[in-house]
Amino acid sequence: MELPAKTFQVTRADLIRYAGASGDFNPIHWSDRVATKVGLPGVIAHGMFTMALVGRAVTEWAGSPDAVVEYGVRFTRPVVVPDDDQGTEIEVTARVREVTEDGLTRLEVTATCLGDKVLSQARATIRSAR
Amino acid sequence: MPLDPSFVGRTYPPTAPYQVGREKIREFASAIGATDPAHHDPAAAQALGHPDVVAPPTFPVIVTMAASSQIIEDPALGVDYSRLVHGDQRFSYTRPVVAGDELVCTNTIEDVSTRGGHGFLTTRTDVSTVGGEPVVAVWARYVIRGEA
Repeated sequence: MELPAKTFQVTRADLIRYAGASGDFNPIHWSDRVATKVGLPGVIAHGMFTMALVGRAVTEWAGSPDAVVEYGVRFTRPVVVPDDDQGTEIEVTARVREVTEDGLTRLEVTATCLGDKVLSQARATIRSAR
Repeated sequence: MPLDPSFVGRTYPPTAPYQVGREKIREFASAIGATDPAHHDPAAAQALGHPDVVAPPTFPVIVTMAASSQIIEDPALGVDYSRLVHGDQRFSYTRPVVAGDELVCTNTIEDVSTRGGHGFLTTRTDVSTVGGEPVVAVWARYVIRGEA
């Protein structure tokens, strides 16, 4: 079963806000000068910000913010965020892989930016709604 | 310089407690656009059976990333931070983090290897309350890019 796709807009302002909230002030997430110096095309989103947005999609699908039992991803491609009002978009979809006898649902999640997968092995296990 | 494989299995002393604040959970939830009332309103969280507002699933990384400096900055292990890339991240929850938790991290090095000129480091952080109640186990895998 496929779950309904969710789209998240990501702008530079979102990255600054996430940096403050998470305490991750690595300049590759806010300075084009530093990002390009280390060989990136420009400022990129925190991998953990992408993972947080995908986690939001998972809890929204689950219908409860405390339903996630297991959640893991591999970061495969950076999400480049241009310095304009639109920023970029991350699209998240998921497929139900398995529903266990003890009420756990295992999801295989796909996150893409401009058509490219930005995560691999993205999996979440959620408890059925109470 | 390749990472020293003899570090596999090493466990570090528990970190100082991290006090999870209600406003920090609200700030983090707002930063990721998570509007569920249980992240913001204690009454909504209590209706789900939690003592106070519930943190989003990736919130524990605030605590574990700070704790992992114990490993990443261990001069004996010798990780070059400027070459460090976050490869994988995984959480296994006993229960969600809630406001009021006082969390302690115990770091263990699960794997150290070198392949194709790159170093790989897998850490496991067991996050528990100061009272010893397990909350979440967190794995991170880092790639230390080799000199090109």
